[in-house]
Amino acid sequence: MVTILSIKPLLAVLASLTAVPLILVSGKRPNLREFWSVLAGLVKFGIVISMVPAIFAGHTIEFTLFHFYQGIDIKFRVDAFGLLFATVSSFLWIVTTIYSIGYMRGNNEHAQTRYYACFAISLASTIAVAFSANLVTLFFFYEALSLATVPLVGHKETPEAQEGARKYFLYLVGLSKTLLLAGVIIVYTVAGTTDFVPGGLLKNAPASTLLFVTFFLFMFGFAKGAVMPVHNWLPSAMVAPTPVSALLHAVAVVKVGVFSILRVVFHTYGVDAMSQMHIGTTASYIACFTIIFGSIVALTKDNLKARLAYSTVSQLSYVILGAVLLTPLGMTGGIVHIANHAFSKITLFFCAGSLYTSAHKTEISQLSGIGKKMPLTMAAFFIGSLSMIGVPPAAGFVTKWYLALGSIQAHQIPILMVLLASTVLNAAYFLPVTYKAFFQKEDNPGHGHGNPHGDGHGHQGEPREIPMVAGPLLLTAIISLAIGIFPNYFLNLAQEVLR
Amino acid sequence: MNIAQIPILSITTYLPLAGIVLICCMSGKRHDLIRWTAFLTTVATFVVSLPIYFGFDASTWQMQFVENVPWIERFGINYHMGVDGISMLLVMLTTFLSALAVLSTWSAVKESVKAYMISLLLLEVGMLGVFCALDFFLFYVFWEVMLIPMYFIIGIWGGPRRIYAAVKFFIYTMSGSVLMLVAILSLYFMMHKATGQYTFDILKYHELNLPAGTQFWMFLAFFLAFAIKVPMFPFHTWLPDAHVEAPTAGSVILAGVLLKMGTYGFLRFNLPMFPQATIQFVPFIFCLAVIGIVYGAFVSLAQDDIKKMVAYSSVSHLGYVMLGMFALNVEGIEGSTIQMINHGLSTGALFLIVGMLYERRHTRLISEYGGLMKVMPLFATLFLVVCFSSIGVPGLNGFIGELLILIGAFKASVPFASVAMLGLLLGAVYLLWMYKRVMYGPITNEENRHLKDMTVREIAYLVPILVFIVWIGVAPKTFLNKMHTTVAHLIEQVNADKTLAKTTDYATDHTNN
Repeated sequence: MVTILSIKPLLAVLASLTAVPLILVSGKRPNLREFWSVLAGLVKFGIVISMVPAIFAGHTIEFTLFHFYQGIDIKFRVDAFGLLFATVSSFLWIVTTIYSIGYMRGNNEHAQTRYYACFAISLASTIAVAFSANLVTLFFFYEALSLATVPLVGHKETPEAQEGARKYFLYLVGLSKTLLLAGVIIVYTVAGTTDFVPGGLLKNAPASTLLFVTFFLFMFGFAKGAVMPVHNWLPSAMVAPTPVSALLHAVAVVKVGVFSILRVVFHTYGVDAMSQMHIGTTASYIACFTIIFGSIVALTKDNLKARLAYSTVSQLSYVILGAVLLTPLGMTGGIVHIANHAFSKITLFFCAGSLYTSAHKTEISQLSGIGKKMPLTMAAFFIGSLSMIGVPPAAGFVTKWYLALGSIQAHQIPILMVLLASTVLNAAYFLPVTYKAFFQKEDNPGHGHGNPHGDGHGHQGEPREIPMVAGPLLLTAIISLAIGIFPNYFLNLAQEVLR
Repeated sequence: MNIAQIPILSITTYLPLAGIVLICCMSGKRHDLIRWTAFLTTVATFVVSLPIYFGFDASTWQMQFVENVPWIERFGINYHMGVDGISMLLVMLTTFLSALAVLSTWSAVKESVKAYMISLLLLEVGMLGVFCALDFFLFYVFWEVMLIPMYFIIGIWGGPRRIYAAVKFFIYTMSGSVLMLVAILSLYFMMHKATGQYTFDILKYHELNLPAGTQFWMFLAFFLAFAIKVPMFPFHTWLPDAHVEAPTAGSVILAGVLLKMGTYGFLRFNLPMFPQATIQFVPFIFCLAVIGIVYGAFVSLAQDDIKKMVAYSSVSHLGYVMLGMFALNVEGIEGSTIQMINHGLSTGALFLIVGMLYERRHTRLISEYGGLMKVMPLFATLFLVVCFSSIGVPGLNGFIGELLILIGAFKASVPFASVAMLGLLLGAVYLLWMYKRVMYGPITNEENRHLKDMTVREIAYLVPILVFIVWIGVAPKTFLNKMHTTVAHLIEQVNADKTLAKTTDYATDHTNN
C-alpha cells in the first residue's frame, strides 16, 4: 500500500467552495448562478472520479492542511470508504442541482441565491467529512455542515420552518458539542492522536467501561445518523424545500452521520476491539430497535415527506446494523447500503417534490389516480419503493442479501427476524402509495380543489410533469436498478475498505 | 537576559503615561484632539510592544526582557520586570485591546473626555505593570494602580446605578487584595527565616519550599484575592453589576484584561509557590469551576438585558479557564491560557457589539430589538462570527481553547469534565437564542427600521479582533508554541516536590518533547 501525496482531496472540497462567491455575485442572473453550481458539481465529481484508479490499486491519497496540536493535524486522507461516499454525494449533487432548477423556479421560491450558496457549502463540508483523516478534522467539517444546512432547513422562514431549524440546530449542534466532542477528547486522551487507522486506532487499547461508553457517545453524538432516540430532528427538517430533503436529508447530511459512525467502528475502534468489548451486540440491538420502530411510525404518517423521513430513520440503521454485526458480509452490506439507499431514497424524495410542484399534493391520501397524470414520477416512485423493500433487481436487495448473510454469519437469528419484519413493514407503507396512484380512482375529479395544502398558485388544469424535475428522478431511478443488477463498483470498494 | 539591552517592557508600560502628560496639557474642550492623542498613544504602545512578541524566545522558560535594578534596598525591593510565555501573550492582549477600547469610545463618552481618557491610559499602565512585574512590591503597586481608574470609569461614566456598582467593585477587589497583602508580608518574613535574606523577588519565592500546612493557608489567601478577580463562583456577584454599569470601553477592558489578572495570578503565584496545596485544592477548585460554568450559563439564559447576559457568560467562560488550569497538565494549562486570550477577544468583541447597539437605540433589552438582520446586514454577519467564536465553532478561536481545556480536564477527572461539557451546550444555546431574538424575525419596533449599518470606525475596531479570532482558530500553534516551554516548566514546578501520594497522570511525555 502506497501513500500518495496529492492536493486532489483539497481541490475536491474547494471546487464547491469557490462556487459560493460566484453564486453570490451572480444572484441577479439566475441562469449564470445555476451554471456555477452545475459547473462546480461537474468539476468536483471529475476530481473525485480521478482518484478511483489509485484507490482500487490499494493506495491512499493524503493531503495535510495544517498542524493543529500535538497528534492532531487538519488533514485529508482518501481511502476506499471515503471515496465511496464522495462518489455518491458528488454525483448526486449534480443531479440535484438540475432538479433544484426545475423545483425552485416551478415553485417561485424566494432567496434562491442563499439557497444555492448554502447548498454549495454543505457539499464542500460533506466531501471534507468523507476525506477527513482523523476525528478532529471530521469534527471540523461535521460542524460546518450543520451550520451551513440550518438556513436551508429554515428556508421558508415560516414559524414552522423556524421551529424545524431550531430543533435541527439543537439536536445536531447540541449533541455534537456534548457527546461527540467528549468522545473525540476521550479517544485523544487514550491514544494521544485521533487518526483513522486501518484495523482501528484503539486496536490495542485495554478494554474498559470508559471506552465502551465512549462508543455510544459517538453513536448518539453523530446525531445526523438519526439513531433513535436522537432522530427527531429529521422529520422536523422536512419543512425544507424538497431538493434539500432529497440531497441532504436522504444523502449528504444523514449519510455523514452513519458514515462517521462507521468510520469510528472501522478505523477508530476496529473490529477486534469492538467485539472484544462487546460493543457490537449492544449497538446492533439499538439499530434494530430503530429499524422496526422507524418503520412503525412511518406507517402512521399520511404526509408523504414525513413517511419518507421515518423510512430514512429506519434505513439509516441498516447501515449501522451492518457495520456493528462485525462480520465481513454484514459490514459489506452496511457499506454498500450507503450508496444503495442514497440513490433510491433521493428518487423517492424527487418524486415527492415532483408531486408538490406539478400537482401541489403533499399527503398520501390525495394521491388517488395521480399515476395516470404523472406516470413517470409514479413509476420512479415504484422503483424506489422496491429498492427500499429490498425486492430484486433493485439496489436495496443487494443490501438485504448481505445483511441477512451477515446476521447468519454472526449467529444472530433475532436480527435476521428483524430484517424480515422490516421488509414486511416497508412493503406495508410503500406499496399502498403506488397502488393508490395507479389503481384507485381520483375521489374528487374537480382538479383537486378540495386539497387543503394546494394554495392554488401555479396550478392550473391538469398537473404536468416538469422536464427539469422528471429527468433527474428518472435518472436516479434507473441507477437504483442499475446498481442492483451491477453492484460491483460499490461492492469492490466495500471489499477494499474491509481489507 | 535582555538581548537588545533596551528596557522594552518599561517603555511599553509607561508609554501611556506620556499620553497622559500630553492630554493634561490640553484644554478639556478640545475633545477630538484628546481622543486622537489617547488613541495614537495606545496604538504607539501596541506598536512598541510588538518586539516583545517577535523577539520572544520560545525555547526557554526563563524570564525574558528582564530589567532588574535595586529600588528600596533596605527592604529588598527591586524594580524587577520580565515576561515568560504566558505573561507575554497577556501583555500583547492588553496593548491590543486598549487601542481598540479607546477607539470604541469615540462617540459614547461626551462628558469629561479628558479625565476619561486619562483614566483609560492609566488603567493600561496598571494592567501592563501587573503582567510584567516580578517583584511582589511592584506587583502590588500596579495591582492597586489599576483599581483606581477602573473605579472612576464605572463610577463617573457609568449607567444609572454606577455608584453602587463602582463601590461594590472596589470593595470586593480591595478585600481580596488586602488578604493578598497579608499573605505577601507573611511570605516575606518566612523567606527571611528560611534564607536569612529580605527579598520581594517573586522568582526566589518559586524556589522556597514551604511546609504543607503553611502552603495551605498561603494558597487560601491568594486564592481569595484571585478568585474574586476571576471571578469564580460564588465571588462573582460584583461582575454583572460592574459590567452593566460600565461604559463600553470599561466593559471591554474589564472582561478582556482585568479578569485575566485573576487567572494569571493563579499561574504566577499559586501553582509554582504552593505546589502541594495546589494539588490539595484541585477537587475544591474543580467543584467551584464546574458550578460556575453551569450556573453562569443558566443565569445567562435567563437574562433579558444583552449586556448582563454577556457579563454572566464570563462567569461560565472563566470557569473553563480555571478547570483547564487546575487539570495541571500541558493540554489543560495551554488551553486555559489560550482561552484567556480567546475570552478577551470574543467577549471584548461582544461588549463592543452591545455598545454599537446601545449607541443606536439607548437600550440593551433584547425585547426592544428583532429583525435587525435586514437593516444591518454587515453588522449581522460580524456579530454572528463573534457568537460562533464564543461558542467554540471549529475553525474559530474558541474551539481550540475548549478542546484543550476539556482534553486536560478529561485526563484529570472524567466526572467533572463531563459536567463541563454540558456548559458547552448551554453556551451555544443562550448566545444563539439571544442572536436570534435580536437579529431574526420581523422588525417589531418601528425605531429599528432605520438603524444605520456599521460605520467605518466601528469596522476599524471590530475587524482586527476578527482577524485574531480566525487566526487563533486556524493556526493555534503560532501562539501555543510561544507558551509551550513555559507551561511545561510550570508543570514541573508543581510536580517537583510531590511528597504527597500518587496523583493523576500529568502527561509528562508531552512535557519532554
